Amino acid sequence: MAELDELRIADKKHIGLAEMLKGGVIMDVTTAEQAKIAEDAGATSVMALERVPADIRRDGGVARMASVKKIKEIQKAVSIPVMAKARIGHFVEARILEALAVDFIDESEVLTPADEHFHIDKFAFRVPFVCGARDLGEALRRIGEGAAMIRTKGEAGSGNIVEAVRHMRALTSGIRRLTTLSPEELMTEAKNLGAPYELVRWVARAGKLPVPNFSAGGIATPADAALMMQLGAEAVFVGSGIFKSSDPARRAKAIVQATTHYKDPDVLARVSEELGDAMVGIETAKLAEKDLLQTRGW
Amino acid sequence: MSGSSVRIGVLALQGDFALHGRALARSGVDAVLVRKPEALEDVAGLIIPGGESTTLLRLMGEWEFVPAIEKFHAAGKPIFGTCAGLIVLAREVENPRQFSLGLIDVTVERNAYGRQRESFQAPGAAVLDGRRVPVTMVFIRAPRIRRLGAGVEPLAEHGGETVMARQGSVLVATFHPELTEDTTVHRYFCDLVRRAPAVA
Repeated sequence: MAELDELRIADKKHIGLAEMLKGGVIMDVTTAEQAKIAEDAGATSVMALERVPADIRRDGGVARMASVKKIKEIQKAVSIPVMAKARIGHFVEARILEALAVDFIDESEVLTPADEHFHIDKFAFRVPFVCGARDLGEALRRIGEGAAMIRTKGEAGSGNIVEAVRHMRALTSGIRRLTTLSPEELMTEAKNLGAPYELVRWVARAGKLPVPNFSAGGIATPADAALMMQLGAEAVFVGSGIFKSSDPARRAKAIVQATTHYKDPDVLARVSEELGDAMVGIETAKLAEKDLLQTRGW
Repeated sequence: MSGSSVRIGVLALQGDFALHGRALARSGVDAVLVRKPEALEDVAGLIIPGGESTTLLRLMGEWEFVPAIEKFHAAGKPIFGTCAGLIVLAREVENPRQFSLGLIDVTVERNAYGRQRESFQAPGAAVLDGRRVPVTMVFIRAPRIRRLGAGVEPLAEHGGETVMARQGSVLVATFHPELTEDTTVHRYFCDLVRRAPAVA
């Protein structure tokens, strides 16, 4: 089998950081105080943002990289890795985040895209990237560009898990399908997926992606986190779900427990008790196509 | 191999526990993922993986792992910690100061090389059982051992600093042998477990 080292993918140390984040919860935060609450609750990392996705959705306007001041405040407040988002294709925002020594850059559909045709060449940076994907083809295109971690997109700021489930199922069934194909079918499959042939060939043999695969977009409860873990996510991102709930610290702790003990219904029942109100959420089927964040990127 | 039936646990609360499980399997040892303290009763050794030490401590506290691991150590059963695992096992932790188990007499500084941008991979060597062996070292937001207690034996160096050490049944590394294909360090730990008095 082609060894991982023979593929042109992100650096081992960057994929390694993604490995260290497995089984954990990465939480969206907009202030240093929220970052501290997240760290104390057991978050493995925080995502520094100007506004959480639910507010971006509500307020509209152009959503950009968080301010340098905010990112620095959050970096100062916690000892865990700090991530931040750059707009799709906005390689200068990414350069600024690299200069700030952000630990992971999320080239994210949650922000307003800067380029309608091209994603960032992630190999050109000294810090790792995570990118969203809705299916196997999109995941392999991003890995081919140098992403060190994939997260299924879900629908950010919706508080509704249905899109996250759809994307994780599409990805895992796409991977399973590849493992059933014969060698002569793989080039045509690569063409159909719009994905690099070498990566298609590697996944067909390994039965998994060559980088960790996390879940994002719609996780609002401990049960949601455990569901995504059971469906094959290796860790979860929680955005609006924590700081848009009535008791963020408690909910954050409960989601951390649920992500570790995702196969243990007794633990899930215990941590789901007395959590207060979850974020209200949106029925994503009623969102107009133009209001979906997941269709950004390609 | 008489020791092939030995079972080693990997603390599976958070972090790269699956990679440690893979390295143990490649070393010919059954790996057991440990999510509750009761599971420690069925294993002869324990690996505390890389991950985030603050997350590990919170999850350990929730399930009373601290007394369970102390008891495991007191019984002479070997423990191996990499990166965050080392931080959890150390006598003292700096940057910031935080609780640790104190099972090996070292002081460690967290994130001592800087952030992820400063993470790196380097060829190195360890001296294991009197033999010098090459080891590829991947350092990820790694800690540095700032003080080595008198009873602690350095096993590997990088840039003139100890990056792997042992005190009795406790083995630690600031780097991640589980991220490479090379099982040298894991096989060394498996031998420690097989030779431990608790097993014999």
